[in-house]
Amino acid sequence: MDDVKTPSSEERKSALSGLGTSRKRVEDARFTQGKGNYVDDIKLKGMLFGDFVRSPVAHAKIKKIDTTAALALPGVHAVLTAADLEPLGLHWMPTLAGDKQMVLADGKVLFQGQEVAFVVGDDRYAVSDGVALVEVEYDELPVVTDPFKAEMENAPVLREDIADQKEGAHGPRRHPNHIFTWESGDKEGTNKVLDEAEVVADEMVYYHRTHPCPLETCGCVASMDKVNGKLTVWGTFQAPHAVRTVASLISSIPEHNIRIISPDIGGGFGNKVGVYPGYVCAIVASIVTGVPIKWVEDRMDNLMATAFARDYWMHGKISATKEGKITGLWCHTTADHGAFDACADPTKFPAGFMNICTGSYDIPVAYLAVDGVYTNKAPGGVAYRCSFRVTEASYFIERMIEVLALKLGMDSAELRSKNFIKKEQFPYTSALGWEYDSGDYHKAWDKALEAVNYKKLREDQAKQLELFKSGKSRKLIGIGLSHFTEIVGAGPVKNCDILGLGMFDACEIRIHPTGSAIARLGTISQGQGHATTFAQILASEIGIPASDITLEEGDTDTAPYGLGTYGSRSTPVAGAATAMAGRKIRAKAQMIAAYLLEVHDDDLEWDVDRFVVKGAPDKFKTMKEIAFASYNQAIPGVEPGLEAVSYYDPPNMTYPNGAYICVMEIDVDTGVSEIKKVYALDDCGTRINPMIIEGQVHGGLTEALAISMGQEIAYDEQGNVMTGTLMDFFVPTAWETPNYETDFTETPSPHHPIGAKGVGESPNVGGVSAFSNAVHDAFKPFGLTQAHMPHDHWRVWKIAKDLGLHN
Amino acid sequence: MIPSAFKFYKPNSIEKAVSIMKDFGDEARVIAGGHSLIPVMKQRLTDIKHLIDLSAIKELKGINISGKSISIGAMTTQVELITNENLFKSAPVIREASLQIADPQVRNLGTIGGNVANGDPANDMPGLMQLLDATYKLSGTNGVREVKAREFYEAAYFTAREDDEILISISFDAPIGGYAYEKQKRKIGDYATAAAGVILNVDKGVCSSASIALTNLSDTPVYCYEAVGLLTGKKIDDNLLSQVTKSCVEQSDPVADQRGPVEFKKYVAGVVINKALKRAFERS
Ligand SMILES: Cc1cc2nc3c(=O)[nH]c(=O)nc-3n(C[C@H](O)[C@H](O)[C@H](O)COP(=O)(O)OP(=O)(O)OC[C@H]3O[C@@H](n4cnc5c(N)ncnc54)[C@H](O)[C@@H]3O)c2cc1C
Repeated sequence: MDDVKTPSSEERKSALSGLGTSRKRVEDARFTQGKGNYVDDIKLKGMLFGDFVRSPVAHAKIKKIDTTAALALPGVHAVLTAADLEPLGLHWMPTLAGDKQMVLADGKVLFQGQEVAFVVGDDRYAVSDGVALVEVEYDELPVVTDPFKAEMENAPVLREDIADQKEGAHGPRRHPNHIFTWESGDKEGTNKVLDEAEVVADEMVYYHRTHPCPLETCGCVASMDKVNGKLTVWGTFQAPHAVRTVASLISSIPEHNIRIISPDIGGGFGNKVGVYPGYVCAIVASIVTGVPIKWVEDRMDNLMATAFARDYWMHGKISATKEGKITGLWCHTTADHGAFDACADPTKFPAGFMNICTGSYDIPVAYLAVDGVYTNKAPGGVAYRCSFRVTEASYFIERMIEVLALKLGMDSAELRSKNFIKKEQFPYTSALGWEYDSGDYHKAWDKALEAVNYKKLREDQAKQLELFKSGKSRKLIGIGLSHFTEIVGAGPVKNCDILGLGMFDACEIRIHPTGSAIARLGTISQGQGHATTFAQILASEIGIPASDITLEEGDTDTAPYGLGTYGSRSTPVAGAATAMAGRKIRAKAQMIAAYLLEVHDDDLEWDVDRFVVKGAPDKFKTMKEIAFASYNQAIPGVEPGLEAVSYYDPPNMTYPNGAYICVMEIDVDTGVSEIKKVYALDDCGTRINPMIIEGQVHGGLTEALAISMGQEIAYDEQGNVMTGTLMDFFVPTAWETPNYETDFTETPSPHHPIGAKGVGESPNVGGVSAFSNAVHDAFKPFGLTQAHMPHDHWRVWKIAKDLGLHN
Repeated sequence: MIPSAFKFYKPNSIEKAVSIMKDFGDEARVIAGGHSLIPVMKQRLTDIKHLIDLSAIKELKGINISGKSISIGAMTTQVELITNENLFKSAPVIREASLQIADPQVRNLGTIGGNVANGDPANDMPGLMQLLDATYKLSGTNGVREVKAREFYEAAYFTAREDDEILISISFDAPIGGYAYEKQKRKIGDYATAAAGVILNVDKGVCSSASIALTNLSDTPVYCYEAVGLLTGKKIDDNLLSQVTKSCVEQSDPVADQRGPVEFKKYVAGVVINKALKRAFERS
């Protein structure tokens, strides 16, 4: 030992692949070889398949459901309707937003694609034939797809079940189609400031309805074992533990007899947070038939019925001094929540964290009101790659800033800079009540403007404008700016819960005798790379190489309780739990090391992967040695083994932020746009794995591009879904995806054990504004103030036409 | 997205295929690459009881070029049209148009026969065949007959093909002059918002012959007779091309869909047609 040179701290550190390393994703070996194990890969003995009869119309009374022909078909075993679920009390189910939702149509249908009956049969083929044979007689009713018409006096009443209820889950209801009014901030104070302001910009900003559209659709396999009374459900669940508790509450099966397993998940983006009728029907069908039941949606089902996102009409007023100092912000949002309020938000926030809508700016006074309404559209309202309604809020403020800049005749980059919350103001309490933990917005902004050479961009843009005006070109250039602040990592149990479950998360670690480890978490990766990054957090905390740490999630029988993965909460909450559990391991390891080295605990110091006796660098015990000792030595006062669990209730949210800039060239005659540059600077605090961060940013930007430039769930006036396949629902391929330049600043979160803030959703939040602002910016010289997304060819063409640019 | 049950046949001769079609009438349908047919079957928009796969019939495959005449078997795939160098030399507009169809995965299976027989106004090849003044050879119970592409399309999904007829091949003369196929679409894998094909034969600045056809701008492909009349014999300049464009747009009759309203499509048609005219002129 003596003549072998001990590797330096640096060398040992790099051997761990801990924090800050671009460690390759350990998940990819199986994904890139097609060896993942997704719900649809699960095949159990005797398993049957179930699928839905769905409503072809958006609003109708159901006069009759005739299942005779379907039941007569060989291979069809059962057809469930609301009448079959009613005795079990399962024809309706509670939603995450305090409303209830039909599992199967109970007397009427409220949106196209609604689940009407559940056909169970030998396989998909038999079931599809069975579905086609179920005869449903509909008596069509007038349809409401426009949220502003929903509350008119003679609007058709959608939810007859609660038509007379004056009080909803979130306070008074003023109309049968009204769900709630949610207010935040100082109404009078804001109105006063607006009344007296030197400059006020007033605009309606619409963030259209779209859909997360993960590659893998939703599905499950439910298996009720009648011998031991245990229900096991494999499913596409972003929150397996919450699903277990909800399943227990609504089915009365004791929670210990329910096991929920999320296997590999092919993308979630919020689409897999909610509880869907398919899960309930598969469970009931398994209980009824005594065999496992698989239900997996197809693409059209998923787009049409399962969890849309956005659909917020945000009317804003923003006031400022003539010099451009913002003095107040007012917003009224009409929130189209579809037929049932199934939004996935923490209980106390019926419009999510929409009250982060003051953005990155120091705005002295603000007021927000949100009115939720019912329409004949699919329920959902999920946080599509963002924390709850944060992308709506961010888009709103980033549009309002642009509109205000127009009014002031000021460059919007300068307007932003003038109003950013300053570094020294953190922790900063916003006018709408959030405590921003940290940030250095000016630093990020200046770095971004310099990186893209903003001044030069503006010069090039002006030159192109000259060419356009002189008839030499039909193209315009737009520069889209965006500075976003997210609020993620829900969240502190004191104000964040889902169905009464506090939004903490957990990590449990076991160190094996030979010094490798397994860690289990309450979250579940859907492509984020948790097995890679959480092992890195732990490697740095406990000095065991990341490659020696197995990471497991998604099985409620083995993982500690946690609220799952969405809203960028995994790193801020479960990541913190992981670090804290690691610290408990280290604390115990220190006691063991002290015993082994025959010194006092305090005489030891931690050095990467070992405890060293202070002042005696050659006297140490490595974590590996300590692990073994914990299993084979009787140490007085210390229990054998080396395990720890931590349940982490975050003291605050984290506030990732960033500066995004997009340059776009637009052909005014065809509406075709070409992205020339996308620069994305993210500050997500401590960077765990730069490569994964970059990958997340690329993916999120691509979704943002899709949303802003074409992706939507469109309805016609009869409530027909017009974008039910990937022909019309835009998902970019490599061809449509531009090159991305990523950059960063690093302002650690002061309250997070390792300072990390979460990044997965930032690019969606910041990107949409950057792309959309670029379109607006191109037409700014011709007087455009606001044009709603998506900016697909024809809508961009329409902007040009309405501005008289088509001769 | 599961089709209803069907019987599957894979005959190895045209005669056998035709006889199955005769037996089952409109309950039978041939399948080529399946990239138009299978999606509608999966959505149960059509109910086909007997599906006849043409892929084992050798006579339906291949590209024959002898001198000026070109003949392409119905089962020739789009990727074969793109990669065949001789075809490119004789009729380069085919490669230019085919590369704008769908994506490589679709083109690996999709056939020229399926594309033109389908009768979908959104397909690009029916317009291309108007442009080339192609002739379709059909074989049915009553023998073989020929129909001009410009007379084949009656309305969306309605063509001159009888239920028991199979499209065997497509033939045309190698076009002379400059060419262009211009298409605007929303993304890879999308059908045209508007597309136009142009062939221009120019002698000392004067148009000696021309052909212009449009895709997805009416319920059938559009051959622009009037515009061709306007062009032929005239000296080509921007002004004339604008007039020609205008005439083509007047002949279009698009429908609104998620790509946009009629007004937009007509406007874009004008842009696309004009671009195609200019590119063909440059190449002439
Ligand atoms: C995502 C996607 C994008 C696409 N984009 C485009 C596009 O941009 N442009 C475009 O032109 N096409 C596009 N297509 C369609 C594609 O080119 C199809 O391959 C083509 O339309 C049909 O050819 P097929 O060989 O696949 O025919 P099939 O789908 O097998 O058949 C189509 C129809 O033609 C009939 N048929 C086929 N062969 C014969 C024959 N020899 N005799 C008689 N009838 C016959 C069939 O019975 C059927 O009714 C797209 C398809 C997809 C899936």
